Amino acid sequence: MSTDRLAVRKTYKLYVNGAFPRSESGRTYEVTDPKGGFLANASWASRKDARDAVVAARAAFAKWSGATAYNRGQVLYRVAEVMEGRHAQFCDEVAAGEGLSGSRARAAVDAAIDRWVWYAGWTDKLGAVLGGANPVAGPYFDFSLPEPTGVVAVLAPQRSSLLGLVSVLAPVLAGGNTAVVVTSRTRPLPAVTLGEVLATSDVPAGVANLLTGDAGEIGPWLAEHDDVDAIDLTGAPAEQAMELERLAAGSIKRVVRPPAEEPDWSANPGLTRLTPFLETKTVWHPMGL
Amino acid sequence: MTHVLDPDAPAAAIPPRREPLAPYRDVTRSDAAFRAFLHGLPGVDQVGAESRVAVLGTRSIKTTAKAWAIDTAISMVDLTTLEGADTPGKVRSLAAKARRPDPGDPTTPPVAAVCVYGDLAGVAKEALTCTDISVAAVATAFPSGRASRAVKLADVRDAVANGADEIDMVIDRGAFLAGRYLDVYDEIVAVKEACARPGKDPAHLKVILETGELVTLDNVRRASWLAMLAGGDFIKTSTGKVSPAATLPVCLVMLEAVRDFRAATGRQVGVKPAGGIRTTKDAIKHLVLVNEVAGPDWLTPDWFRLGASSLLNDLLLQRQKLRTGHYSGPDHVSVD
Amino acid sequence: MTQLFEYAPAPESRSIVDIAPSYGLFVDGEFVDGSGTPFTTVNPATEEVLSEVASATDADVDRAVRAARRAFTRVWGPMRPADRGKYLFRIARLLQERAREFAVLESLDNGKPIRESRDVDVPLAAAHFFYHAGWADKLDWAGLGPGPKPLGVAGQVIPWNFPLLMLAWKVAPALATGNTVVLKPAETTPLTALLFAEVCRQADLPPGVVNIVTGAGDTGRAVVAHEDVDKVAFTGSTEVGRSIARAVAGTRKKLTLELGGKAANIVFDDAPIDQAVEGIVRGVFFNQGHVCCAGSRLLVQENVHDEVIASLQRRIGTLRLGDPLDKNTDIGAINSAEQLARIRELSDVGEAEGASRWQPACELPDRGWWFPPTVFTDVSPAHRIARDEVFGPVLSVLTFRTPDEAVAKANNTTYGLSAGIWTEKGSRILAIADRLRAGVVWANTFNEFDPTSPFGGYKQSGYGREGGRHGLAAYLQEADK
Repeated sequence: MSTDRLAVRKTYKLYVNGAFPRSESGRTYEVTDPKGGFLANASWASRKDARDAVVAARAAFAKWSGATAYNRGQVLYRVAEVMEGRHAQFCDEVAAGEGLSGSRARAAVDAAIDRWVWYAGWTDKLGAVLGGANPVAGPYFDFSLPEPTGVVAVLAPQRSSLLGLVSVLAPVLAGGNTAVVVTSRTRPLPAVTLGEVLATSDVPAGVANLLTGDAGEIGPWLAEHDDVDAIDLTGAPAEQAMELERLAAGSIKRVVRPPAEEPDWSANPGLTRLTPFLETKTVWHPMGL
Repeated sequence: MTHVLDPDAPAAAIPPRREPLAPYRDVTRSDAAFRAFLHGLPGVDQVGAESRVAVLGTRSIKTTAKAWAIDTAISMVDLTTLEGADTPGKVRSLAAKARRPDPGDPTTPPVAAVCVYGDLAGVAKEALTCTDISVAAVATAFPSGRASRAVKLADVRDAVANGADEIDMVIDRGAFLAGRYLDVYDEIVAVKEACARPGKDPAHLKVILETGELVTLDNVRRASWLAMLAGGDFIKTSTGKVSPAATLPVCLVMLEAVRDFRAATGRQVGVKPAGGIRTTKDAIKHLVLVNEVAGPDWLTPDWFRLGASSLLNDLLLQRQKLRTGHYSGPDHVSVD
Repeated sequence: MTQLFEYAPAPESRSIVDIAPSYGLFVDGEFVDGSGTPFTTVNPATEEVLSEVASATDADVDRAVRAARRAFTRVWGPMRPADRGKYLFRIARLLQERAREFAVLESLDNGKPIRESRDVDVPLAAAHFFYHAGWADKLDWAGLGPGPKPLGVAGQVIPWNFPLLMLAWKVAPALATGNTVVLKPAETTPLTALLFAEVCRQADLPPGVVNIVTGAGDTGRAVVAHEDVDKVAFTGSTEVGRSIARAVAGTRKKLTLELGGKAANIVFDDAPIDQAVEGIVRGVFFNQGHVCCAGSRLLVQENVHDEVIASLQRRIGTLRLGDPLDKNTDIGAINSAEQLARIRELSDVGEAEGASRWQPACELPDRGWWFPPTVFTDVSPAHRIARDEVFGPVLSVLTFRTPDEAVAKANNTTYGLSAGIWTEKGSRILAIADRLRAGVVWANTFNEFDPTSPFGGYKQSGYGREGGRHGLAAYLQEADK
């Protein structure tokens, strides 16, 4: 035994544009376990951090959406690979943050990793499954293909800090969108570690941005932001959801409404979280000699 | 290779190539330059061209406009017989019809021309004396054009000597499709020279592109420009011996070509769709096309002709209907 | 002989339509009186009053929604899908049988040329019903999950630019998927929707499956706000779309929006120029430019600008403006005085901001609302006529030098409904189409529509698709998987 060595603690920061800044506001808040025990001080993201994240996400959109579907699939699979290497760390953080037993935490981490694998495999199937040729009544070749919506703001689930987070983030990225995520307020630590995974898994800077803090505070800024194309309100405070949807109407954002209660994230998600962030583009061309 | 009609041809000095009009003087300086020019013309999207003529085909031409269109169409007809079985008698009866299309109605205008094979041009000319009706003769080994140039030129000179006022030549489609554009050009130039008539203006040259064999509208545009640059007075769709003959999309592209050519060079060239135009409705659709694509300047027999035979009787029947207010039948117009 | 080819007037007879002096609402299979103050609908080409139309109040809308709910629960929902399909087939055939009547009525009420109502609006409307009829018993194969279920009652609000066609785009997929509808036609163009009600009766469509409530904005708001509506579908302006999105916020209502546009029509120097010119004309002058996907921004490569503009002006000179019922009319009347005022205002702003206005010599009729086809050159991307939707026959011309610049300018808009590309180079078409942020890209063509082909916008042009397999999703519950 005799380990007198003092552990080196991690500073939990935001993940924006591929870097790990502190909140520009300088604010932090205390993260505790469900019993109130101190876990860490997390960065408390401000509206300006959200603004910076949107700028980063917009800048990253062209390259990420323009990458081949095969390439995006490999990058997302790489995320699963790197997560697997940090399996134990995620288990510890999920167990501590959510107050889960070791085996239940492990099940959540396993499912989170497997979810990346699931979506990694979707990237190059979407075009075939959701697109196709349209037999128009005229001398035209006409086809429709799914394309990413753009910059998606995601208010991540408040309870399921890792599996829930991955379940809402991965489909956004798989479709070719870039994301600005506000993590669970009370359980933000696995998100920060996920940021470290993303930073080391070939996900280009700015494609995924993770803000720890309060969805109730940042949500309205994202919902009203004219350069955000869609918003997932899954983790929005129930009493605020309607107002956020109203704000989102200002720029005709695509909105995913919050569920009545947080779902069981271990269920197979099908296409339900992919299609809300995909547009359909239809292209016509004449057929002549 | 020598040829029986002109054994010395290979040795003869090649005259300098006649240059096209400005601003296109240099485009025939080499095969490569000519090819680059013709292939640099804007492409034609077939579906778009067809959709344009489909919309123009819905123009509703009624009452006074219809009466005007029918008389104009009659005056633009090149009344044609191009049969192996043609005889002087047949040509004379056609000429009579050309002068007085509707014996029962002297207000009916005469047609523009009678179109025959070269050997019968003299018969036609004689039958049309004291009229403004032209004699058009097909020449240059019509309809295939598959003969040596010397034969073709002899064919032309013969027809002109027989009294033809207009020569309807065919281009060498084989050469065109093989990309030997300068050969096609030189031949048209040579034919144009062979149209010379001592003491008179040269016979008018109509250049038949035989668009049914060129197949694509891109080729129609290129061939139109080639023929205009070479000095053709008219560009004509078809011999009538190949299907499809005149179609509205082809006519559209040719009308665009003459419009653009005049805008660029100042020289106006006529257009003659021929073959397959059988009904008044077809003829009126062509006139609408002329009116809205090339413009009213082309709406005279000097600049637009309809190569046809059975069309004339349908025009006459429709004319009678407008005049009398009731329908009539084939026994009320003459059989040719 | 220099007589011109003057086309004699060729008016379509209006005797085929029988417009009643007044119309009620169509609720539960019957025409009933509305409780609001009736309004008149006017022929925009003559300002002649065509008829007086009932105005539906909240209570009227409530009656219509209750009828639709009853029909959904008792009849239409439980019905064998194949039978639902047969009703739609019947409607398609009835529209074809009465096509002439619909076309004339549409041109009278809307002001659009009979050539377009006859050759585009009405045949396409029938085609939409025919297409969706076949889906009714094949939804399991639509790729939208197993056993897809209808939403219930759909509240639909449609615009005045394609009154019958927009009705078909809304009603056909809703019914095919098993929903019932309450539809509000535009205030200025209610007549073909009311004639459609008669078609529903001829088809023996069960009462309440289709309900038509006429009225102005308040009626539309009542439809959208009714708490027993499960689905809201709207086509119209982005401004109204925003307010509808706000109105349904926090409800269970599924929403699809088809809103405005400011489409770029990009002409490269290797384009088939004559067809491109046709495409420009069709893009912005079709239906007087009252088209959300109109190609109202011409982006022409600088090295062919003069040539293209010269051709375009020559071509516009041949457009025939006048009596919408004349079969040779290309440009009809502007639908309303309000719309005309907006077109005038934006055009004046265009001139004031420094763009050059060109209009052909064009005589406008004395009565009615008219605006000549108009081209603005020297337009800068900052000008309002390059950014705002005019919804009229007004083209703004901008130039570009490279493909990248073309794409950047095309995408430089808050809209994203449609775009056009003209070039003979196939690989360029695919590359540009890939980079344009627009829901419909027409390459070497423009303003083509088909029921099999999904239509709808990116960005602030709305969300959801109409047509094709994709359009069905708007009227079905989210699949679990």
